[in-house]
Amino acid sequence: MTAVARPLRLSRWVVAPLLAGLALSLVLATPIHVLGLPLPEPVTLMVPAFAWGVIRPALAPAFALLLGGLALDVLWGAPSGLWAISLLAGYLPVLAIRNVLAGQSNLVLGAWYAVSCLVAQGVGWLIAAGVTGSPPALVATGLQWLSTVLLFPFAVWLIARFRDADVRFR
Amino acid sequence: MSFRDNPFGEVRLPLLLGAAAAAVVALLVAFALLMADRRQTYQAGASSALRRASDQVVAPVTGALAAPVRWMGGVGQGITGYFFAVSENRRLKSELAVARTWREKAGTLEDENARYRALLGLSLDPPAPMVTARAVSESRGPYANTRLINAGSERGVKVGHPVLTENGLAGRVIGVSPRISRMLMLTDAASRTPVMIQRTRARAILTGDGGWAPELSYLRGRDAAKEGDLVLTSGDGGVLPRGFAVGRVVRGADGGWRVRLATDAAPIDYVRIVLFEDFVKLEDLRALSRPSPPPPPTPVSALAVQKPKPAQAKPDQAKPTQAKPTPAKPGKAKPVQAKPNQAKPAPPPAAQPAPAREPAA
Repeated sequence: MTAVARPLRLSRWVVAPLLAGLALSLVLATPIHVLGLPLPEPVTLMVPAFAWGVIRPALAPAFALLLGGLALDVLWGAPSGLWAISLLAGYLPVLAIRNVLAGQSNLVLGAWYAVSCLVAQGVGWLIAAGVTGSPPALVATGLQWLSTVLLFPFAVWLIARFRDADVRFR
Repeated sequence: MSFRDNPFGEVRLPLLLGAAAAAVVALLVAFALLMADRRQTYQAGASSALRRASDQVVAPVTGALAAPVRWMGGVGQGITGYFFAVSENRRLKSELAVARTWREKAGTLEDENARYRALLGLSLDPPAPMVTARAVSESRGPYANTRLINAGSERGVKVGHPVLTENGLAGRVIGVSPRISRMLMLTDAASRTPVMIQRTRARAILTGDGGWAPELSYLRGRDAAKEGDLVLTSGDGGVLPRGFAVGRVVRGADGGWRVRLATDAAPIDYVRIVLFEDFVKLEDLRALSRPSPPPPPTPVSALAVQKPKPAQAKPDQAKPTQAKPTPAKPGKAKPVQAKPNQAKPAPPPAAQPAPAREPAA
């Protein structure tokens, strides 16, 4: 069996991106200022959430997003479940329209990625507003969405890396 | 049988449904966790052990990641200080001249306040000790604004303790483990802080929303605030001590009053945690009546700068509270303890400034 024909291992396309996203979030939580500005705080796990939906339907990504979201909640001090729900809310629409996304250009994928991030951010906004009793600032929410959208090249790389990695899904 | 012969196309629909079902199950689990979690019970909630454990892991990692940047920043500051030493020296000298004037005025006001407190029999909060710590991790998102600081229950930190920077109030402690604490920033959407406008004494609740300037909610009265007014903690409710500087009033884009936080003046690096106990909740209220230890003596150099006025001193003004002692309660006897600056003769009435309307923030 050649390397191409070998079934894709879960650790390569789910676990590794999940850990990489969490590691990046951990690094960006460092309390430092660069040129007088704090580091951005993108939702790094939106990258694998979008890519997993495009690459193939599977059971593992949903639970990986659940665990990753809970880890983000713990890291950032958010209410338990906020980011898990938000990430899954961004992942489910991608899963639903993955046939539409197949074969599209990066520009179209980028637009859908931005929409997916918007859905996740919007759900997070609603939950935070409900839990705290006051709506979070739209400017801050928009800035986080923007910094997340700027991570789209990583999602493109992840999709290109694993979309055709398993011959059974070609 | 080769892979091409295997009709995997037929199992795509079940796979998609399976993935969707897994996502729905995960959503339900996350929703159940959200319902079970209460941020108000951060310390006692079901996930508290996990949070405390993760805080203990995250803090050293981010602390180590930030160390090279801190060192680089220190080198940069050293170079800047070398090249701008002369101009900075001039600026500091002028500031020192102004500060000397203020110090004399503050000494006078302190004496005056002590006399008024003794006359009125005011019982103030006991002095609170502080712990210095460093912020080792932060979250700046719209839904959570918290920081980890490297001091915990081993150093006496408890949930609810206020956290200050050199510029003012930054937040309060919401979670404690032995060596690490998590503080809730004033900007967090869950943060509510009772404050007052210094100029008008108008009360309000400082409500965080994840943005850079928290909102002043429940502000009542005509002209209760105007741009640039100083905002202090009001001490209402006993959660925080009164008089901590919070920031300045600004007009928000939505037309409402907001507060530009004093802590925005510099990056939050080192912080002080005030080990403040709400005296209303003390188990032993007699602790309030115990006399506190005398303050450390004023350095000789500081005394030398002051301008004593022995010719204007009157014996009864030198120690006014001894001439008319307060009711025999040890706690209220605290202001009459001999402080070096209290023993200083009071200036003549004509030279005294108007009584301070606000304790120094």
